[in-house]
Amino acid sequence: MKNSSVIQKLINAPYILWSVLFVIAPLIMVIYYAFTDRTGAFTLDNVKSIGDYLSTFILSVGYGAVATLICLIIAYPFAYFLAHTGASFQRMSVMLVMLPMWMSFLIRTYSWMTILGDSGVINSFLGRFGIEPLSMLNTPGAVILGMVYNFLPYMILPIYTVMAKMDGSLIEAAQDLGCGKLHCVKKVILPLSVPGIVSGITMVFVPSVSTFYITQKLGGGQINLIGDVIEGQFQTANNYNLGAALSLLLMVMILICLGVLGYFTDSEDEGGVLI
Amino acid sequence: MKKLASFFLTAVVIMSVCIFPVSAQDDEIFSDEVVKYYASLGLKGTTINVYNWGEYIDDEEVDVISQFERLTGCKVNYTTFESNENMYSKLSGGGVSYDVVVPSDYTVEKLMEEGMLEKIDFNNIPNYAKYFDSEQYGYLLEDEVNGEKIRDYAVIYNVGTTILIYNTKYVKEKPDSWSVLWDEQYKGKVLMFNNPRDSFAIAQFLLGQDLNSTNPADWDAAAQLLKEQREKVQPSYVMDEVFVKMESGDYYFAAYYAGDFEVMVENNPDLDYVFPKEGVNSFYDAFCIPKGTQNKKGAEAFINFMMEPEIALANAEYIYYATPNKAVMENDEYSLADSKAVYPDEGDIAHSQVFHNLPNDTLQYMNTLWMKVKGGNNSEWVYKAFFICAAAVTAIIIISVIRKRKMKKYYDV
Repeated sequence: MKNSSVIQKLINAPYILWSVLFVIAPLIMVIYYAFTDRTGAFTLDNVKSIGDYLSTFILSVGYGAVATLICLIIAYPFAYFLAHTGASFQRMSVMLVMLPMWMSFLIRTYSWMTILGDSGVINSFLGRFGIEPLSMLNTPGAVILGMVYNFLPYMILPIYTVMAKMDGSLIEAAQDLGCGKLHCVKKVILPLSVPGIVSGITMVFVPSVSTFYITQKLGGGQINLIGDVIEGQFQTANNYNLGAALSLLLMVMILICLGVLGYFTDSEDEGGVLI
Repeated sequence: MKKLASFFLTAVVIMSVCIFPVSAQDDEIFSDEVVKYYASLGLKGTTINVYNWGEYIDDEEVDVISQFERLTGCKVNYTTFESNENMYSKLSGGGVSYDVVVPSDYTVEKLMEEGMLEKIDFNNIPNYAKYFDSEQYGYLLEDEVNGEKIRDYAVIYNVGTTILIYNTKYVKEKPDSWSVLWDEQYKGKVLMFNNPRDSFAIAQFLLGQDLNSTNPADWDAAAQLLKEQREKVQPSYVMDEVFVKMESGDYYFAAYYAGDFEVMVENNPDLDYVFPKEGVNSFYDAFCIPKGTQNKKGAEAFINFMMEPEIALANAEYIYYATPNKAVMENDEYSLADSKAVYPDEGDIAHSQVFHNLPNDTLQYMNTLWMKVKGGNNSEWVYKAFFICAAAVTAIIIISVIRKRKMKKYYDV
């Protein structure tokens, strides 16, 4: 397989074409727009005005981090127990995890509005017991809930896949050698499931940081994250250049965050510290 | 034999369902004259691309588009947008060709200014002279852009104003001013527009400004007022969700468009409206033909068709906005003719103002201010939290590096 035959090249061609058309070309366009003005002349103004949105950037990363952490805390034990149940139960549970993903993301988020609203499902239930309506919508909690709810499957599935494939004999060996249950999780299962955790974190963190629909619907436009700002630049302000500059910085910022994550997981392979 | 019989029976039923309503409709809606007129235009086999606001054409009672297709034989590609800015950026981005678009006042001006519109040939729109109420609405099109009259480029589809909607169940005293949206006792119960131009307009009315000011200081002052509102009242910034939120009674106040009040009040009779004394924005949406149209005749036929009394009535009943069509207003069947929200008295909207196109610099400044208004005043604690987190991460990294080195030493030994 090492020698790249003509057939090999032909097989690769569609993928290369795909990534050039839909990954490289858009990236170049983003960079181009970020460093030009309306007339197409080179300018650094867009990059300079990013400073105004720095706190929004940080806030978005914060929201993304919290949502990712909650997803991880929910998904990890869930995936663990799922991987240790009967085959038919596993199949059904995985189906159930995926089931909401068959519906539109927009509809699922929109329906949370009617669940959390002041006269929504929860509050009208509480109202029966004479409890004053809690205002849950338009709070940071609602936005985090929306993120966790929407992106949780992306955390569960990769961790579950890793767990299900895990070699049971390694755990048995650890137990034979006198490893306690908790110690076994810490020293054997957790390190072995790191690849799943990393891809789960990536798949939850990136969309959480850049989301705009969830904040608009569940945050009532009061919680303004970087996704909202970028969306506004393209949709209402019609300022593609600033929008592109912000997108570029968002990309760089996510790369840095994932880089930090990668640093920790690299050290994992050498038997170093835990996360 | 039985199978064959049932097959034929089914076929007959299906065919009768398919044929009869259509052939019955032929003369039910339009007169022979009208049918002949559209058939004589020679549009059979052509296509037009129509780009309209969402939910802005009747597709239930009459199904306007398929009627047009039936009469002319011209196929309609119908797509929708949610804001003027959205439409503008798609249109100016190139790569798309539309034959009919429906911008609002200030966007019509912007498109004209940039030479993106085609002059309309009113010989192909005989209904304009017949049905357009130019006495009442003609003034909206009197302005000139680049030395050309707007009325040569735009055919008004609907007109309307902004309005203050409130829930009488929770608001006992009838408000008369936009300033009620700054009242702290209604904290968390106020809905504002989620677009800069409309939201700024409310603050500008309170400050007694011209909505089309190009003075940055005016915009600063308006932004300051909106920031103050954001801190004091914590309004939600919404567009289409306004219906659910007001109808359910979750919110007490909403600034929105007048026609939509009539939609909401059908579902929640507690709602009432007021035209605030500081003034409201009056607007129009108009059919325009963009440059680069492939089928101008078809576009003009479509605009003409939209002014047919039957079609205009169906649209007016569906959209709930005020129509400038005389035939609809004279029709006794039109249910909204008496609505004072949709057709306000002169006195109610004495201080109304119209949006005009703003220069690019002003628009950009407004958008920057809007982002700041919506971003809120959180920068300080965000920075603090960030520094704490950054310090924690750095500390963890340093500790892990040290530990790793120690481990290495240990293994090396």
